[in-house]
Amino acid sequence: MPIEIYANVLVAGVLTGLVYGLSALGLSVIFGVIRIVNFAHGEMMVMGMFLAFVLFRWLGLDPLYSMPIAAAALFLFGYLLQVTLVHRVAHLPEHLQFLLLAAVATVLVSSGQMIFGPDARSVQVAYALDSYAIGPLIVDKVRLLAGTAALGVAALLFAFFRYTLLGKSIRACADNYQGALVVGLNVPRLYALTFGIGAACIGAAGAIILLLVDVHPYLAPGYTLLAFVVVIVGGLGSLPGALLGGVLIGASEALAGFLFVPSLKSAFSFAVLIIVLLFRPQGLLGRAAP
Amino acid sequence: MMGSPYSLPRRAKAALAIIAAVLVLAPLVTNNYIISVLTMSLYYAYVGQAWNIMFGFAGLLSLGHALFIGIGSYASAALFVHFGIGPWAGIFLAVPLAVAVGCFIGFLGFRFAISGVYFALLTIAFAEFTRIIFDHVAWLGATEGLFLPVSSRTRIDLPNLRGPSEMFYYVILTLTFLALGICRWLMNSKLGYCWRAIRDDPEAAAATGVDVFWCRMAAVAVSCAASGVAGVWYAFYYNNLFPEIAFDIGKSVELTFAPIVGGVGSLCGPIVGAFLLYPLGELITGATQGLGIEGIKQFGWGIAVVSIVLLRPSGVWPWLAQILLPDRRCHAAAP
Repeated sequence: MPIEIYANVLVAGVLTGLVYGLSALGLSVIFGVIRIVNFAHGEMMVMGMFLAFVLFRWLGLDPLYSMPIAAAALFLFGYLLQVTLVHRVAHLPEHLQFLLLAAVATVLVSSGQMIFGPDARSVQVAYALDSYAIGPLIVDKVRLLAGTAALGVAALLFAFFRYTLLGKSIRACADNYQGALVVGLNVPRLYALTFGIGAACIGAAGAIILLLVDVHPYLAPGYTLLAFVVVIVGGLGSLPGALLGGVLIGASEALAGFLFVPSLKSAFSFAVLIIVLLFRPQGLLGRAAP
Repeated sequence: MMGSPYSLPRRAKAALAIIAAVLVLAPLVTNNYIISVLTMSLYYAYVGQAWNIMFGFAGLLSLGHALFIGIGSYASAALFVHFGIGPWAGIFLAVPLAVAVGCFIGFLGFRFAISGVYFALLTIAFAEFTRIIFDHVAWLGATEGLFLPVSSRTRIDLPNLRGPSEMFYYVILTLTFLALGICRWLMNSKLGYCWRAIRDDPEAAAATGVDVFWCRMAAVAVSCAASGVAGVWYAFYYNNLFPEIAFDIGKSVELTFAPIVGGVGSLCGPIVGAFLLYPLGELITGATQGLGIEGIKQFGWGIAVVSIVLLRPSGVWPWLAQILLPDRRCHAAAP
């Protein structure tokens, strides 16, 4: 068995994994700062996918071009969700926050079902079947573009948190809630912005992944779980961890799908999740659990 | 902090007797549709109570409870389909299996000190893992599903749990009342007090000499046993099993709605929640039947749950109980 086949599968997995990573970044940002586990994650990602799909159908817009639009729309959605709902349950026990977001997720799935119906819809771009030969490797153009776009958005996010004042203030809220209040940060507004930014990552990831996956409303719970797996493996709340987790899960899924039955690939991810939960619950790059 | 072992005031006893009588007599006066709605409400009330033992009593959040129900379903259905062994005997395989799976997860979780959201994620991970594995077990029907033979819908064959819908109604009604009695007994037992102590503060409970590990395992075992029984009933009521449906994460989440809406940790909460949510879903479906909108029931449920969380976060029942039984402290507390 030539090694190139494995390398090809691995590269494809890593590129898909970058998109998973970007989406998981959204989950991680929200959890890292607001300490809310966003159970509506996959649903928001599917929102991004549907948005990109509609833009493609109406305007013939490439999902990569509609990515900023999806990100902006989801930013708004996330911002409003935090202001109107999540903010009001912040003082309640964890399970009620989970329940609220699970209910929001239910509403979103059923809305998708009511608007678009249960059928899978796909986007056909002109370069769908193109591929590049890089040495012995053959890389799909769609996958390469998707991975690069995801990496680009992730880099923007890292730069935002590292260099801008706003990003630093959000990090301050995450590091020390009371300290942030003391130095006069408007924490509720920063929380809303954080939820918006997290949601924007999810929306962007949704638009990108539409290049690789057909969209239907029932994709959502799967994506929520996938993001959980990625984020737990990488470390809940750690941003580089989310990206690393995405790449690892993407690669392992691709290899597992290639070596065994494709439908078994996510069983492999869940096995990885169980092992990480047991032996390193803070994740690969996460700080020790509080 | 909980009420002492209490006896219900006479008014409440009378109300309970009336409700019981209405439920027992309902099949005589209503049609099949109402019976099916009541049956499903009772089913959700029953599994809600099972789930409530783990989370409401002992503070262990399980978001993979469909796993234990599904194990019970598949075990009894496989025995029936492949060996012709009826559900009453099948329960003796289904329940220990569900308990074993639950205790295995619990053992891993508690030994490795996984708590809160992480424990919930562990339960989800096992449920999903199992779903995908079951998708590939041809002996259990894999993705094509496992079907239980139905010989006659009118003749009551209680030993094989084959018969008309009224029979299933009475079985689940019995189970629900049985679960209520067991929950009440457990709540007032020493174990029940230990559970609530652990739920409110595990470290303090351990410091006062409560064996946190074994009490938690006991909660998992009781909850999974009850869920396994629910699974057996479910398999014989629906006569078909698919891994995507039996172990669905959506199902696991859905069955937590009723107890949380009704009031986590209270005795009647899961029942009240189920009898609010399920008929509400049916009402919405019925009202919009002509429009043919797929998914509107879930939409309504979601909106209802969001409203409850915002308006009555400790649940409907504690609030209702205060109105109906003003002379008693309500016996639910937020975990």
